Amino acid sequence: MEDELSFSDIYGGRLALQRRYYSPSCREFCLSCPRLSLRSLTSVTCTVWLAAYGLFTLCENSMILSAAIFITLLGLLGYLHFVKIDQETLLIIDSLGIQLTSSYASGKESTTFIEMGKVKDVIINEAIYMKVIYYLCILLNDPADPHGISQVVPVFQDCLTAVTLPWRASLWCSSCLLLDGDHGICTD
Amino acid sequence: MVLKAFFPTCCASADSGLLIGRWVPEQSSAVVLAVVHFPFIPIQVKELLAQVQQASQVGVAVLGTWCHRRQEPEESLGHFLEGLGAIFSHEPWLQLCRERDSKFWSCKATYQQVPTSPGAHSEDQVMLIFYDQRKVLLSQLHPPAALPDHQAGDATASACGLAAVFDTVSRSKALFRSDQFDEGLVRLSHWQSEGVEASILVELAKQASGPVCLLLACLLSFISAASTCRVFKLWPLSFIWSKLSTCEQLRHRLEQLTLIFSTQKAENPSQLMRKANMLVSVLLDVALGLALLSWLHRKDRIGQLADALVPVADRVAEELQHLLQWLMGAPAGLKMNRALDQVLGRFFLYHIHLWISYIHLMSPFIERILWHVGLSACLGLTVALSILSDIIALLTFHIYCFYVYGARLYCLKICGLSSLWRLFRGKKWNVLRQRVDSCSYDLDQLFIGTLLFTVLVFLLPTTALYYLVFTLLRLLVVTVQGLIHLLVDLINSLPLYALGLRLCRPYRLAAGVKFRVLEHEAGRPLRLLMQINPLPYNRVVHTYRLPSCGCHPKHSWGSLCRKLFFGELIYPWRQRGDKQD
Repeated sequence: MEDELSFSDIYGGRLALQRRYYSPSCREFCLSCPRLSLRSLTSVTCTVWLAAYGLFTLCENSMILSAAIFITLLGLLGYLHFVKIDQETLLIIDSLGIQLTSSYASGKESTTFIEMGKVKDVIINEAIYMKVIYYLCILLNDPADPHGISQVVPVFQDCLTAVTLPWRASLWCSSCLLLDGDHGICTD
Repeated sequence: MVLKAFFPTCCASADSGLLIGRWVPEQSSAVVLAVVHFPFIPIQVKELLAQVQQASQVGVAVLGTWCHRRQEPEESLGHFLEGLGAIFSHEPWLQLCRERDSKFWSCKATYQQVPTSPGAHSEDQVMLIFYDQRKVLLSQLHPPAALPDHQAGDATASACGLAAVFDTVSRSKALFRSDQFDEGLVRLSHWQSEGVEASILVELAKQASGPVCLLLACLLSFISAASTCRVFKLWPLSFIWSKLSTCEQLRHRLEQLTLIFSTQKAENPSQLMRKANMLVSVLLDVALGLALLSWLHRKDRIGQLADALVPVADRVAEELQHLLQWLMGAPAGLKMNRALDQVLGRFFLYHIHLWISYIHLMSPFIERILWHVGLSACLGLTVALSILSDIIALLTFHIYCFYVYGARLYCLKICGLSSLWRLFRGKKWNVLRQRVDSCSYDLDQLFIGTLLFTVLVFLLPTTALYYLVFTLLRLLVVTVQGLIHLLVDLINSLPLYALGLRLCRPYRLAAGVKFRVLEHEAGRPLRLLMQINPLPYNRVVHTYRLPSCGCHPKHSWGSLCRKLFFGELIYPWRQRGDKQD
């Protein structure tokens, strides 16, 4: 079972949320970020090359132009491989754990799996940045202190720059996730 | 809780039979290790399980049945498999079944006893998780799972989370020893059932390593005994040894080699990794050193270097003389005190003259010395770099001397100035109370004190300028030496074996696991694929980095500036074993 919702972030880019229901014990939420826009790519490339050409007219050394080309290529590859995130996925498996996957624009995927025994709670946190932003967090247990928290892991942290109210309602109300005392997940 | 069945991917195409593995009740998960095929005698299966349990401390038992229907559905087999539940009772009893040409499996878990809570079903829903047995066996989780009540000698398998699965598989090596070509009583299917994995080179290396280690350990103990003999503890020699970074590096390498070739086996995987990292680091070092050696001896580069050395030393001395002449004049338009200027300038010029004479005295022997020193590169590139650093220290010894003279003079001046300044204000330093107290001086004390104070103040710019110039030169030399030491440290501490393992066999170093949901059909159990999530490179370096010499500067920038301002001598690094100031 699959459905798709779309929202927009504060910069006007399109965010798409896909929800997949595999079985009563397994659900997946997949958030796609706005793609790399041609306009920003062209403007950055043009700036770098104009600056290089300006230096070339001063120094008359053609190495500057080749260096500018290399820098642009390497910079673009580095940006696609290390910075630009295409989509983020949250996979919840009953009594096993929660898996967070980030896929980069170059195809690289970085995955973190948090075992159910380590998860203390799942909460909605508020942040104030120009306006109030709500984001989902996973609280991890501290092995030394039974009432303490060792780490707060925000979910979808790279895709969401601002969350609008309909998104929060959609995530929380339409598929309520509750953790019960036995560390199982029941959904309704 | 949902029942999780961990099933090895190698058994997915095996014939029907019994499932053997471990049941972890806390996680409600069944880890399947192997499949026993027909025909078998139940007594022999139970004996095998008892043997494996004794050897591995893992509670291995028969978990259920596995049915792979290759032809038309066989009703008799189905009934037979159900009857097996009576012979090997296990709670819960798993029944996995796979149809021919179908990707979707069916699983059932039945509980014999009636559950206490009303409304609960006797058949639980089952989740199938496939895992690659070979990779899980060979991989090592980081951080290693801390067992809650682990004592030395307590060897029962852990039961927390996914570490339980890894632990179970890695401890059950006894179960995987027989393959399908063995004439055993029980026929098993697991990752090694196609034939036990082994490599001739590894076996030969294991056989040869015993005597080789013994021989090398004897040799190394002989060398260490020779190096700690009494001759080297006499005063001038012991002082020189402690100052030279080459000796420090050689000592470090000797310690590492002793550890690698010790006849004791490594107790745990981290010690094994450390030994392997050290060995690879030493081998790379020696290889780079030999490459440097061959480059040096080609085209008589040593001769060229020796010919260039004396003119370079002459050039440096000439530049220093020009600098001193400049300081003795009116440097940067400042007016120096003529007399002091001349005294200090002539003093330092005479030093430079002495130094140049010594260099010229040594010049016939330089090529011979360099040639022998170049041979030491076969001990490793780090040794060659340490020797280079020591040569730079020796060649710039006059700069170091000038720095010490300038710093001592400046320090004395600052001490004198501060105490006379206190006298000028009518105060004095109370040594007992460690604070500044007021004091009434006599008139002649005040008179002389103020006179001396004025003299020192007016001589301050000259001394300060000399101090500044020579401190900058000294810092330049220290920076160059520091860069060389940084490179040596890098070669010493980089865990190359771990990085190579992460590059070529990423499943060996596991940060965790990741799951992928396989094709799913409604009404069928959920199927997941568990894969190893390898450790990121920065964590590999952080976890496995080797301890280096430890010669790092212990000052922060603030304390360094303070020391420079007050003229205290700075020692850029302390060798191990030096007393603290």
